[in-house]
Amino acid sequence: MSLVKLTIDGHSVEVPAGTSIYKAAKQLDIDIPILCYMDLKDLNIENKPGGCRICSVEVEDRRNLAPSCSTDVADGMVVRTNSMRVINARRTVMELIISDHPKDCLSCAKSGNCDLQDMAIKLGIREIPGQEYAEMSTYRLDTSPSIIRDLDKCIMCRRCETMCNDFQTVGALNAVNRGFEAVVAPAFEMNLEHSPCTYCGQCVAVCPTGALTEVDHTGKVIAALNDPSKTVVVQTAPAVRAALGEEFGMEPGTRVTGQMVTALKQLGFDYVFDTDFAADLTIMEEGTELLGRLKRHLEGDKDVQLPILTSCCPGWVNFFEYNYPDLKDVPSTARSPQQMFGAIAKTYFADKIEVDRKDLVVISIMPCLAKKYECQRDEFAVDGNPDVDYSISTRELAHLIKQANLDLNKLEEDEFDAPMGESSGAAVIFGATGGVIEAATRTAYELQTGKTLEKVDFKQLRGMDGIRSATVDFDGLDINIGIAHGLGNARKLLDDVRAGKSQYHAIEVMACPGGCIGGGGQPLHHGDSSILQARTKAIYKEDEMKVIRKSHENPYILKLYDEFLGEPLSEKAHELLHTHYFDKRKKIFQV
Amino acid sequence: MSKYSMHLLVCGGTGCKSQESDIISERLKKELSKQGLEETVQVIMTGCFGFCEKGPIVKVMPDNTFYTQVKPEDAEVIVEEHVVKGRRVERLLYTDPETEAHVEDSKHMGFYRKQLRIALRNCGVIDPEIIDEYIARDGYQALGEVLANQSPEETIELMKASGLRGRGGAGFPAGLKWDFARKNEADQKYVVCNADEGDPGAFMDRSILEGDPHSVLEAMAIVGRCIGADMGYIYIRAEYPLAIERLKIAINQAREYGLLGKDILGSGFKFDIDLKYGAGAFVCGEETALIHSMEGERGEPSLKPPFPAESGYMGKPTNVNNVETLANVPVIILKGADWFSSIGTESSKGTKVFALAGKINNVGLIEVPMGTTLREVIFEIGGGIKDGKKFKAVQTGGPSGGCLTEKHLDTPIDYENLVANGSMMGSGGMIVMDEDDCMVSIAKFYLDFTVEESCGKCAPCRIGNKRLLELLERMCEGKGEESDLVRLRNLGEVIKDTSLCGLGQSSPNPVLSTMDNFHEEYLSHVVDKKCSSGVCTDLLEYFIVEENCIGCTACARACPVGCISGERKEPHLINPDTCIKCGACMEKCKFDAVILK
Repeated sequence: MSLVKLTIDGHSVEVPAGTSIYKAAKQLDIDIPILCYMDLKDLNIENKPGGCRICSVEVEDRRNLAPSCSTDVADGMVVRTNSMRVINARRTVMELIISDHPKDCLSCAKSGNCDLQDMAIKLGIREIPGQEYAEMSTYRLDTSPSIIRDLDKCIMCRRCETMCNDFQTVGALNAVNRGFEAVVAPAFEMNLEHSPCTYCGQCVAVCPTGALTEVDHTGKVIAALNDPSKTVVVQTAPAVRAALGEEFGMEPGTRVTGQMVTALKQLGFDYVFDTDFAADLTIMEEGTELLGRLKRHLEGDKDVQLPILTSCCPGWVNFFEYNYPDLKDVPSTARSPQQMFGAIAKTYFADKIEVDRKDLVVISIMPCLAKKYECQRDEFAVDGNPDVDYSISTRELAHLIKQANLDLNKLEEDEFDAPMGESSGAAVIFGATGGVIEAATRTAYELQTGKTLEKVDFKQLRGMDGIRSATVDFDGLDINIGIAHGLGNARKLLDDVRAGKSQYHAIEVMACPGGCIGGGGQPLHHGDSSILQARTKAIYKEDEMKVIRKSHENPYILKLYDEFLGEPLSEKAHELLHTHYFDKRKKIFQV
Repeated sequence: MSKYSMHLLVCGGTGCKSQESDIISERLKKELSKQGLEETVQVIMTGCFGFCEKGPIVKVMPDNTFYTQVKPEDAEVIVEEHVVKGRRVERLLYTDPETEAHVEDSKHMGFYRKQLRIALRNCGVIDPEIIDEYIARDGYQALGEVLANQSPEETIELMKASGLRGRGGAGFPAGLKWDFARKNEADQKYVVCNADEGDPGAFMDRSILEGDPHSVLEAMAIVGRCIGADMGYIYIRAEYPLAIERLKIAINQAREYGLLGKDILGSGFKFDIDLKYGAGAFVCGEETALIHSMEGERGEPSLKPPFPAESGYMGKPTNVNNVETLANVPVIILKGADWFSSIGTESSKGTKVFALAGKINNVGLIEVPMGTTLREVIFEIGGGIKDGKKFKAVQTGGPSGGCLTEKHLDTPIDYENLVANGSMMGSGGMIVMDEDDCMVSIAKFYLDFTVEESCGKCAPCRIGNKRLLELLERMCEGKGEESDLVRLRNLGEVIKDTSLCGLGQSSPNPVLSTMDNFHEEYLSHVVDKKCSSGVCTDLLEYFIVEENCIGCTACARACPVGCISGERKEPHLINPDTCIKCGACMEKCKFDAVILK
């Protein structure tokens, strides 16, 4: 690629043609302020609508200022990022944006974590001229089971749209209305609940302000912990331990499993369990289901649905229920680990400790916002009592820990409680893209071939490419595996399934970039995708450190089958651990 | 046409049609057949004559008699007197406002004398619904010439040499634009005609499409041939039903004649045209927004580059030209680049169509050579200011343009001069203001429009224009402060400097140019809280004119707050400190003694 030479603030720099001024300036360590721009390099997602104009710079011989995020360099270009013309314009535009933004920072979910707030601080904004008579654009508050849209706080950066449309191909959010009334909303300005939204939360993960936030359940958790009549059980998803530390200033990729357990115990949870336990259970059920379908397929059964699709990810389930209702018999019927955990906790475990399910509160800590919706599904409740009472995100857990004056950095490590705290390495990798299918492969291989795996690491299934495929040799039988993360990538694989062209026996889908480690409930990455890489590493590290690395070797799982469930896919297992899917369009539009 | 000895041209433009010109046409035909003249005299519904002020228009050819403000019931007398007896109907002739004499031949009307009609050459001349009439006026000959005798490169060179620049506003050289689209290789390219005319009061494009649709179709085919496209789209707002209807007729006729479709004129060249309807958003006149709208996406602009010539409609190289630009093309091909470039100024060649509106006598559509002065346009063609009032300002370029004043009247109109004086050519709206207009209110009016029409994509335009408008509203309400003027200017300049597209980059122009040219007026609004033009009611006070007041006490009795004092049969007085400006006194006064000032 040809190189282009230019000057920025008097410094010469040489960059490849096609580089933006913003990136060229970065090479000189000149940090041009940005607000709407977002570059998720590893995911090939770049949001550059050129909308906020905060990154405007002066280019010699150009009539107006240029948005540096979206203006390419040219040979001999002379750029000023700090002329008074630029500084005045940037400040004036910032004042304009704030003039149409609520000032309730004290009670805003994003306070302290808000790009707009940071920018106001950086630019030293002290007063907004004319604020007292400036009209504010207002919009109704939209609260869904997972996500709150408070569009008064929307600055039209369009990042959510990019994630929802370009990356996820969900199409729930788009700009509507015009001018001062322009906002991002579902079609026909319906609420999220009546849109194709999957609650994946990627919009929340990239929103620079408090316009899109999760529904906060920390208050409900505190109330449950404060109620002496309740026994409170908590389960933590694998991806949480790989990211929670970031909220306490730790380097991305720091594992805080033990400290997290200590914090939860100090918060007063009666039993601190691990969703990983249920992940092992999922493998038992889903793996057996896969082998069953495979067996029928090999015996020549033409009606058998292959490939089998994983069903752990609730965003993904919502996606296919809405977009592929015709394929609703294809995914595994296995419930997600969160829901398997809840079902076992409120039956097997409740019986064990002799507590009525109504007095047992199950809280889940999830990297995910769709989990909030999932645990509220009618089919996951018995007589109105949900298997999982509340699901809170990694971010919400961090708030809880901080409220309790605990610093994760200073806590000793502790162990999960038994029996539902024990898990294998296969379970922990559920948190990263490719992990579920790798875990399933470890178990399915041994169950199918009757041989012991020499090497449990299937590195060919790992990585950050949006769509990956690998063939695993099951002792002479080639099993084709597909993996997608991001719903846009999943759509490509699903279209092949629908067309009958899919070559795979099993496909794993995770809705979020990188899998659960990049979930909508995780600490905000602020557009830095290297953070996702670091979390992934932490997950695989934890797997390596485990003594047991295959789900079917987890002794507590074997005990559970022995004492309670019988065997995988038994009647009891079906009742508690499996589910069915709906045509979500019919549900949403009541047709 | 040859078998007829006389033609009655009835204006079928939207303006005249809304005043029943189609009924006039029907009644003329009925009268003619009553007189047995239907074989010798033909009634033709044409496009717009431009002289909308005095519509509906009926023109009698070959003698150029120009009847104005014709009513359906006048059909009888026109046929009886003019057609049968050869006597002009004096009362329907145009009266020269200065000499007060009837003008018989339209060539001698002030309105037409200085006009040079190239883009409008067929408007008011042919029946736009009959392709043969267009062909009879050399129609499709340019396309034939291009296909038979020119290479695409030669045609592009000819366009470059002619100096034709985009008439939609920005004034980019048309030939150069075509050249870019030609040089970008692709399996599919498109030609798009931008007919999303959105300036308040502008109707140049509509008139061309209603009056001469084939000229645009022919030009699009020529562009298609030059850039290597086989498909063209006309993006037209759905509020132009007549233009749409005539375009549909024209496209069908052109297809029937083999002038659109496969193998045009046996040359092997394939080109077809379809319509795309816009919902009337001003911002969709911006070419990238227009293309997004065509694609079914939200009509908002995106950053350039990539330019449409690289990646336009459906990601393919696309050439977008405005209606008026295209209407010039066939004539340039036939008469040559030298002829065209001999008209106009150094930098701006040819003519420009303007829609005259506001406080001007001859409201209508005109076409003048570039370089004509504003004075000629306003006072000669436009017939001066209505009701003998004093000229105050003229807004060119619509809501994106600026206000020009007395001192600019002798500036020759071209792209560069207008910009140098703080305005712009725009698409050709020209709104004239007189002494009764308040310039702060005028700026507010335009801003109100841009605030409504901003797409909302970029912050400075979305929020900044709203804040500008709020400042102006406060000034007009008497709540402005002197420091607001500093803020107004800074905001205006930053919005221009940082907005994404042409809309935001020019929307503060009306404010900035009125601030430059009418600074005193702004000052009096914010410092003295006065509006000298008497427009901003909040700044006015009710006042009793001593000479007119007979002391009848009617006003004092009507006043709900008792702020009017005075003895019976003595002039009364309003106390401005307690007056609530309800206007009851003014309503009651029979002697015009109560005024607002």
